Amino acid sequence: MTVMSGWHRFANPTRFSRLSARILPWTLALTLVLFAAGLYLALVASPPDARQGETVRIMYLHVPAAWMALFVYVLLAVFSGMGYIWKHPLADIAAKNCAPIGAGFTLLALVTGSLWGAPMWGTWWEWGDARLTSFLILFFLYLGYIALWQVFEDPEKAARAAAILAMVGLINIPVIHFSVQWWHTLHQPASVFRAGGPTIDSSMLWPLFVMLGAFKAYFVTVLLWRIRAEVAERRVRALQMMQAEA
Amino acid sequence: MSAFWGVVRRDLLIARRQGGSSLLAVGFFVVVAALFPFAVGADPATLRGVAPGVIWVSALLATLLSLDRLFQADFEDGSLDVLALSPLPLFMTVLAKVLAHWLVVGLPLVIAAPLVGVLLNLPLAAFPVLLGAALLGTPALSLIGAIGAALTAGVRRGGVLVPLLVLPLYIPTLIFGVAATAAAADGLPVAEPLMLLASLTLMALVVAPVASAGALRLALG
Repeated sequence: MTVMSGWHRFANPTRFSRLSARILPWTLALTLVLFAAGLYLALVASPPDARQGETVRIMYLHVPAAWMALFVYVLLAVFSGMGYIWKHPLADIAAKNCAPIGAGFTLLALVTGSLWGAPMWGTWWEWGDARLTSFLILFFLYLGYIALWQVFEDPEKAARAAAILAMVGLINIPVIHFSVQWWHTLHQPASVFRAGGPTIDSSMLWPLFVMLGAFKAYFVTVLLWRIRAEVAERRVRALQMMQAEA
Repeated sequence: MSAFWGVVRRDLLIARRQGGSSLLAVGFFVVVAALFPFAVGADPATLRGVAPGVIWVSALLATLLSLDRLFQADFEDGSLDVLALSPLPLFMTVLAKVLAHWLVVGLPLVIAAPLVGVLLNLPLAAFPVLLGAALLGTPALSLIGAIGAALTAGVRRGGVLVPLLVLPLYIPTLIFGVAATAAAADGLPVAEPLMLLASLTLMALVVAPVASAGALRLALG
């Protein structure tokens, strides 16, 4: 119960607005600093790969984007669950606003993956790569989630329907990932991203971690922005309704 | 339990009185599969190569096309409200309706699958496995499809959304169904994909009725 009431404290929109206004400048600054440092380390300071040459630098965008794509979907489903169980409008709004950002990360992971793979595969898209294929399906899941929000007129119903879809999607992500992996073993592997991960030298690991931090900070900043915007939008609509009734 | 079978019998009766729903699904299934020789060429070896995939994709699309019958009509004429008020838990009602849907759409597709196999030059040796895989896999298609149908019941323009919601969730079933059929055609062991296909259906059996019932309550509430 103490954990629950702890959560409930943050579910108050007014308190959220005040708190997020105080946090936002810091996360924004953190995003800028981490991106500046990360991009410098990734594009200038780190060595080119012995085998892949300069194209390895795509990794510093691709890998954090892919991690974030999955992370954001899990977070979206967790928010959805909280919104579904405790009927918190704020959790619903958070879940809803995770989706476009997560879809953006997924698209970035797909595009960079394709660009990274192209010199190795000789094609822009290689179905033999299991991870990239799973991310394509993850992208479809995001699109379905976003589309479901659009078709309902009542935001409360939309939130509950989208929450059900998000939770079903969360159960399905490991199933889809496993089945694509299994399917992939039938078709000749042609992966740049080797199973178990390539062994990475620490000179490449550091820029990667800094970039991941930058992506995380960016996500938090944009999510808070979006939630604030939506809370304000709903408040404006409620005021307009009151005005119309008066 | 008699309420459960009552819902099944009712849906089967409606399907029979309206008529044509099985024929529609099977017709769609065969026509779509018959398009492929025109698209990829008449070469028997090519057709044999694509046959397992074409059969499964066509069956999947035929199921998709039939999903709007699952809840939409009952929602519009109000009988879904009555069913929701009955002492039978809503997820059991969903399960009964899915079973009826499978009997009306899924089972005829299973029976028609060998016909499409013949059209596409699938080796005869693969037919028993094709039938087995279809029997194991099509219930998952009806079950997962029910989630999409329930989420969009009572939503205007909801029908166009169903493919986007449901098709990504169909991919594992497609993968293992095709894998079992293709392995049988190539004379390879089929136990693994068949068992995985069965496990997908069992999982859908657990998740889909509950998720669909939750979604239907939104449409009703």
